[in-house]
Amino acid sequence: MILKGKAHIFGDDINTDYIISGKYKFKTLDMNELGKHVMEDIDPQFSQKVEIGDFIVAGKNFGCGSSREQAPRALLASGIRGVIASSIARIFFRNAINCGLVALECDTSRIQSGDEMEINLTTGKINDLTQNFTIEAAPLPEVMIQILNEGGLVSYFKKHGSFPEPGKSQS
Amino acid sequence: MGKTIAEKIFERKTGFPVKAGDLVIARIDMAMGQDGTTPLAIQSFEEMGGKKVFDPSRIIFIIDHNAPSQLEAISQLHDNMRKFAENYGLTIYEVGCGVCHEIMVAKGLVVPGDLVIGADSHTCTYGAIGAFSTGVGSTELAAAMISGQLWFKVPETILIRINGTLPPGVYSKDVILYLASQIGADGATYQAIEFTGPIIDRLSVEERLTISNMAVELGAKAGIIAPDEKTLTWVKQRTIKSFEPIYPDPDAVYLKELTYDCSTLTPQVALPHRVDTVTSIDSLGEVVIQEAYLGTCTNGRSVDIEVAAKILQDKKVHPKVRLIVAPASKEILLEAIEKGWIETIVKAGGVLVTPGCGPCVGTHQGVPGDGWNVVSTANRNFKGRMGNNKAFIYLASPATVAASALEGKITDPRKYLR
Repeated sequence: MILKGKAHIFGDDINTDYIISGKYKFKTLDMNELGKHVMEDIDPQFSQKVEIGDFIVAGKNFGCGSSREQAPRALLASGIRGVIASSIARIFFRNAINCGLVALECDTSRIQSGDEMEINLTTGKINDLTQNFTIEAAPLPEVMIQILNEGGLVSYFKKHGSFPEPGKSQS
Repeated sequence: MGKTIAEKIFERKTGFPVKAGDLVIARIDMAMGQDGTTPLAIQSFEEMGGKKVFDPSRIIFIIDHNAPSQLEAISQLHDNMRKFAENYGLTIYEVGCGVCHEIMVAKGLVVPGDLVIGADSHTCTYGAIGAFSTGVGSTELAAAMISGQLWFKVPETILIRINGTLPPGVYSKDVILYLASQIGADGATYQAIEFTGPIIDRLSVEERLTISNMAVELGAKAGIIAPDEKTLTWVKQRTIKSFEPIYPDPDAVYLKELTYDCSTLTPQVALPHRVDTVTSIDSLGEVVIQEAYLGTCTNGRSVDIEVAAKILQDKKVHPKVRLIVAPASKEILLEAIEKGWIETIVKAGGVLVTPGCGPCVGTHQGVPGDGWNVVSTANRNFKGRMGNNKAFIYLASPATVAASALEGKITDPRKYLR
């Protein structure tokens, strides 16, 4: 699968409180409502700038802090298709894959705001079409690929009723 | 080759040999959800076609984040939890019982050697009694409620040894804030930590909970302390479950071993808006405060309220400061009443709120105003965390918070403890 969208740049250690503030997330399960408030505390106009299919490009430790799954879900609802970061915090990483938000780790330092990005989910290759270079993302564990291929953990469980057998990692 | 506590717990829960790096599906001993995450878990459970839970006695719901509810919409979400708990026979801890992480250990629901997940990032708190416990999202909680399992990558472990003796006026909160400054907010991402050393040995179980609670602020998946006699006695007083503790092998292989001596540590303060930007109170300069908060899953326990009451005894909170106090549980509140700490705090001008999360998560019970400085015993000081992105949150120990409330500025507590 190939995805295209433009890059919205953020720095290091973007926590899930910044992605969606507690003052909104506790009130509702309506992700479209939460989608209007994503990133509000650090970029108040953010949700208006996003076009459907765009990517967040960030530094290290993206999604640290609270376990709130509303963070990746609200990003999806705002139109963001995926997160590319030099590293992604553990719980956010799992939540993202579980709700179908693309999450990839690679060196993001050369990507500029507004760059057109093209992501090949099969190969893990990320093309910066604006600056014309390619980065290779760290491969996802097989278990995550299987969940992502089914569109998330809800649809995976609906179909299979249990987790994919993960097998052993190579390392 | 020897194994860490994390590896040995996963070995027990999968039933076959594992090592760091393996991906495994493991049996869960307990699964916990709170009111900020469980309504979404219930939605996922229903969307997955869940018809029953794997074991009602191993799933706990706790209403603590917005308790009592401040909005109709939240009351409805709480009712979703109550209805689900009733339908499936789950135990639900109601409004006012306390913070989820205090309840899970103090009620004996978690025991050493357990593998526990919770839809709350501070689930890592139970590492203090030798459990492997970690935070998950709502949909993973739903999947675990159905299957009784979750997939994990068995983490590598960093061994952190704390040598020395803590000076008077310096507490486990100061130790973990100092470690955050040394290791960084992502220093242990994807990894477990084992805390050890003479200072950890001498801490009470309650004080150790503060350390493990904040392991996630270093990015860690778990922050484990090997059980000792103190742990076993503490747990046995609280649980009816039988358990077999797990200890690291003497030749366990760690990713790295870090050693710190905290004999000359001073009270530490995390500056806005990062937990890992920490300074000694000696070099802080003057920070005038408008709010002080004592409570949370980090520091709302009896030892914390006791030290605050000792500092506030026969004194008055600064007239320009709101001191808000939320005991971490109903039992702690009752003990604090019985011991006279609540009387001391309220007479001094402190405001008591419901046992629970209090203003930590920014929805109620003490949202700061624009430009306010807040000194808090919580574990996070992110911009907007307490509900106002124009406020500034400083994190410190209960003693520092109490001393600061008296003086109206962030204050070294040591002069009040002589």
